Amino acid sequence: MTELTNLGVAAIRDGVKGGDFSAREVAEAFNANVAAAADLNAFIVTTPDKALEAADAVDADRAAGKELGSMAGVPIGMKDLFATRGVQTTAASHILEGFTPEYESTVSSNLWAAGAGMLGKLNMDQFAMGSSNETSYFGNVTSPWRRPDGSNTPMSPGGSSGGSSAAVAAHLAPAATGTDTGGSIRQPAAFAGITGVKPTYGRCSRWGVVAFASSLDQAGPMAHDVRDCAIMLGAMAGFDPKDSTSLDLPVPDWEAALNSDMKGKTVGIPKEYRMEGTDPEILKSWDDGIAWLKDAGAQVVDISLPHTKYALPAYYIIAPAEASSNLARYDGVRYGLRDLPEGAGLQDMYAATRSAGFGDEVKRRILIGTYVLSAGFYDAYYNQAQKIRTLVSQDYDNAFKQCDVILAPTTPTASFGLGEKSDDPLGMYLNDVYAVPASLAGLPAMSVPCGVNSEGLPLGLQIVGKAFDEQGVMNAGLAIEERAGFTAKPEKWW
Amino acid sequence: MSVDKETVAKIASLARIQMDDEALERMVPELNQILGWVEQLGEVDTANVEPMTAVIPNTLRLRADQVNVDPKTGGDRRDDVLANAPAAEHGFFGVPKVIE
Repeated sequence: MTELTNLGVAAIRDGVKGGDFSAREVAEAFNANVAAAADLNAFIVTTPDKALEAADAVDADRAAGKELGSMAGVPIGMKDLFATRGVQTTAASHILEGFTPEYESTVSSNLWAAGAGMLGKLNMDQFAMGSSNETSYFGNVTSPWRRPDGSNTPMSPGGSSGGSSAAVAAHLAPAATGTDTGGSIRQPAAFAGITGVKPTYGRCSRWGVVAFASSLDQAGPMAHDVRDCAIMLGAMAGFDPKDSTSLDLPVPDWEAALNSDMKGKTVGIPKEYRMEGTDPEILKSWDDGIAWLKDAGAQVVDISLPHTKYALPAYYIIAPAEASSNLARYDGVRYGLRDLPEGAGLQDMYAATRSAGFGDEVKRRILIGTYVLSAGFYDAYYNQAQKIRTLVSQDYDNAFKQCDVILAPTTPTASFGLGEKSDDPLGMYLNDVYAVPASLAGLPAMSVPCGVNSEGLPLGLQIVGKAFDEQGVMNAGLAIEERAGFTAKPEKWW
Repeated sequence: MSVDKETVAKIASLARIQMDDEALERMVPELNQILGWVEQLGEVDTANVEPMTAVIPNTLRLRADQVNVDPKTGGDRRDDVLANAPAAEHGFFGVPKVIE
């Protein structure tokens, strides 16, 4: 029998349904991989019993001849940003350490209803703020990938969904949830050689997802290939009356409509993304992607997204502003940490609790956000950034008059060593320079692996589509996947 | 625009984050680097541009004006709400004394 942990979502679902193996055998195999991978620090808590319980329910349903869900028998990793009833949910922060929700997020509920089980809660950048998984209170996640130079430098799995990318790349889980505020699904997917989809803003409910920047936060799947992502996104998405920005639209059967034939489709290549100083290997992978999509039948046209260079600085006003507001709820009163110095009053308790409970990057962003929203600076910073957000969005509207999807690199570089960039906050932000514009416009976007660089580290290509056109994005992703022939795997050292 | 230590101390106080002198000193150049970088947004002429309010056109829904329609978001969940409170007492959130 093939090693069960080498299988993805579709293969597990089909195998369980066809009786090739039981859901319990699958859950046991992944539980064992999770237990043996402590060196990666991909999980904050593991829940092997939850995985077995869900698997047994699927096996029982199959034995009883009941219809199985779209994720039946598939154990997954859950990013620790999703509230899970009875299981600690921390957003990788100290301030939420020990927080055990009394409720379940809509996205995780949807996944359990589709037959998935939970292997554990995945490590991440604290409150999803970071691009290297070095801001977690529970320690860095280490990528399963290494440079083949014998130095054994621990590498970054990307962030903020770094536990998710590491777990999938290392076959600790066939798939994992991620969330993407400004690249947090796509960038770690690219760094780890896996596939990740950020759907249109509003496709997946934000209810029960710890809030970072509410106008940008969007959940999505991370898995080995496009088909697996299409299946999992179908299970995660759907209208939710409990999220005021949830899209009240039917969820298409993305898997059934997957089609890599690009005849009649036009792919736009944004000239502003050829930034000075971009790694030549990244540019080469982009050229490969263009050739593959042409081979799949697509027309390729040059487009312009003139406000690209302003997207990232606008994001670093908008996201911290929303974060400073959202994170005001952590006050030591209702949940989480309380630090009450001897004789302190209420205000002192707030300040002491937040000082002890938030990490440096979270504090930095709360301070930036508080500053740009403060009296006298609101117009110059926040309002100007929101106007630029309008311009970035209009750039896409104009571009999509000429093309169906846009192809670009996912990241400006491949993965880097942990610690190599951590003392330069601004340098770290630049990781998301290609990912942020689509976030600001709320558009569906994905990263698909396209090869390895000269250091043997994976690279990803990004596809951005029109609002609601996840199908077009995933179809182009599939066309690249079929031609890239990406089979590289990290050599097991953990 | 740039910030000095005094301004950072004021922002930290507004954000209710206690910071000692050393932490403030460390934060000043970091914030200035970021603020200096976002300054470039001033180059863009936005005189006739509306600020973004919703990325995907969507109207806010109103729920029916009824109590407890959805048990997940309705009332009668006091004990659940208090379950994670650091100091729940007598069915309330406990806080340090705020009135003399």
